[in-house]
Amino acid sequence: KEMTVRDALNSALDEEMARDERVFLMGEEVGQYQGAYKISRGLYQKYGPDRVIDTPITEAGFAGIGVGAAWNGLRPVIEFMTYNFSMQAIDHVVNSAAKQLYMSAGQVKSPMVFRGPNGAARGVAAQHSQCFAAWYSSVPGLTVVSPYNSEDARGLLKASIRNDNPVVFLENELMYGSSFPVSEEALDKDFVLPLGKAKIERTGKHITIVAFSRPVGMALKAAEILAGEGIEAEVVNLRTVRPMDRRAIIESVKKTNHLITVEEGWPQSGVGAEICATVFESEAFDYLDAPIERVCGADVPMPYAENLENMALPSELNVVAAAKRVLARKL
Amino acid sequence: YAVSGNFTVPINTPYETHLLDESLLPKEAVTNKEELLEYFKTMTYIRRVETASDNLYKAKFIRGFCHLYIGQEAVAVGAKAGLKEADHMITAYRDHAHQIVNGDTGERVLAELMGRSTGCSRGKGGSMHMYYPEKHFWGGHGIVGAQGPLGTGIAFAAKYRKTGGVCLTFYGDGAANQGQLFEAYNMAKLWKIPVVYVCENNRYGMGTSVSRAAAHPDFYKRGGFVPGLKVDGMDIFSVREGTRAAANYAREHGPVIMEMNTYRYQGHSMSDPGTTYRTRDEVNNMRQTNDPITYVKNLLLKHELATEEELKAIERAAREKVDQEAEAAKNAAFPDPSEFARDILLNHEGSVRGADLGQVYYPTPRP
Repeated sequence: KEMTVRDALNSALDEEMARDERVFLMGEEVGQYQGAYKISRGLYQKYGPDRVIDTPITEAGFAGIGVGAAWNGLRPVIEFMTYNFSMQAIDHVVNSAAKQLYMSAGQVKSPMVFRGPNGAARGVAAQHSQCFAAWYSSVPGLTVVSPYNSEDARGLLKASIRNDNPVVFLENELMYGSSFPVSEEALDKDFVLPLGKAKIERTGKHITIVAFSRPVGMALKAAEILAGEGIEAEVVNLRTVRPMDRRAIIESVKKTNHLITVEEGWPQSGVGAEICATVFESEAFDYLDAPIERVCGADVPMPYAENLENMALPSELNVVAAAKRVLARKL
Repeated sequence: YAVSGNFTVPINTPYETHLLDESLLPKEAVTNKEELLEYFKTMTYIRRVETASDNLYKAKFIRGFCHLYIGQEAVAVGAKAGLKEADHMITAYRDHAHQIVNGDTGERVLAELMGRSTGCSRGKGGSMHMYYPEKHFWGGHGIVGAQGPLGTGIAFAAKYRKTGGVCLTFYGDGAANQGQLFEAYNMAKLWKIPVVYVCENNRYGMGTSVSRAAAHPDFYKRGGFVPGLKVDGMDIFSVREGTRAAANYAREHGPVIMEMNTYRYQGHSMSDPGTTYRTRDEVNNMRQTNDPITYVKNLLLKHELATEEELKAIERAAREKVDQEAEAAKNAAFPDPSEFARDILLNHEGSVRGADLGQVYYPTPRP
């Protein structure tokens, strides 16, 4: 059976709201409009205005209300129409949600999910096209999840809603309409994927490609192209950016001796940089046969014009080029 | 003249209201000897704990930030007296008194200030991060204004869960200018959230007076469409009756803004002597003519419910108790190193990285 990422997220929300009446959805246009990107389609009709709550345009306010509601016994799902707007509310994500358990020595819990599309969209210019994975994943107390396909979306969102800690759930607008096969198992109403565990999407022995979110697709396409040239790439889908499944990265590198990372975010202090550090600081470093390369968003604000925008974003061709460079530098 | 049983005391400063029916607000309050003595005791105790904090800070037992409540005692004590058991409180960083009126001890507060394991946040929060969730007190927040939406969310959950509770959301006159507070007012009004916003107007946001920070200094009117009332924050009965009326209104109709006119005698924090932006005369005058504890003391004396001697004995007992508590707090252990990596996440699996790769911590459940 095939399912779009949108339907995967929608069904996950629906099932979790049916399962636990403490779960509610709050955000801009989530109700009557049925979601700016239709992730909440039908939920307002099914659960009513008390549980699917349309807010004014007021991110700091409704993010903070969500955190307070989580402390006092509810399990909010707070939708940012896009993560670009979460900058208005980042104080509540970082200072109110992530740190409260620690500062209160375990007394104040924030079981909640912040979710919405993150990363590059198309044709929307610099303020609406940006990846925040590196920002949020630097914060202790947050769990940062970023699904690739429909199974990821279903299993990870359901797991995030059931998790007792604050989760930053980073979707990708360009993936919403993509269809993927889903297993019988993934359609079960109790299907959850473990947070903090990566998935080997494709096995290979020559080079490891680590990616998350939409770039997993680029990595898989690149692996296909490379396979045509006799190069077997192993593709690691992080699924969760924090806690990062460092063991999965290390073990793959020990097998392939080569690594590239793929993300849409900027290079400096990016997730790729963190993956590199993981290798440098572990025994995997001794297994590297060549320097690591990062494939990432170009170090510029996102341009509007299509030709320039294409230059700013990585594609499978960048991944292929990087893989060949790394393999050519064999020591 | 001596009174017995319940009697009434006047509310000296008439409430000022905004979009709120004045008949909801009493002109006098009913009290009795036991209650007055209890208020006197609690306020004296809080002041003593704060004085001890002052001393311990100066003796370098307390680190970092420390904001004292001396002068504002009638607000926390009176507000608590106006609430029901289902109700909640949240405040900013000047939170020691709120922790105590919600049932905690001076010892746990002082231990927290000194970073001890016996502190109310086990030494992990410090002055600005005290909590008592079982008693519905939610802290203790260091980001000025953030508690506005947070308190609104606590009240939102109370409404969602139909507990009948309201949330008293305290903030200062400085925080009153933060944008997110207005976001909270708006949603609270739209959705009839049972929240009472309490602006503790002590006249200075750090060192900036209200007149220099607020273009519209009537904080109780600042919600525009949200009803408000202004309360004499130095009169515990004005606070109590105002809070009760506001909370009951909020239970039925949604948000209310209370402005409590009060005053802090100390500086903003321990690094502020509190003298560069106001005169010593202003502070002394307030202490001598408008002190909230003296007000209760005078009621007790005037109605011949206690003698000077008896009240002195209460003050002495508070001092002795706090001295013992401070000593006990001082003698308590610092947090066990196992606390370091605990409470980052619930059900934390895996390890926590230390300052170098040789330092790895494994979170364990609290014994």
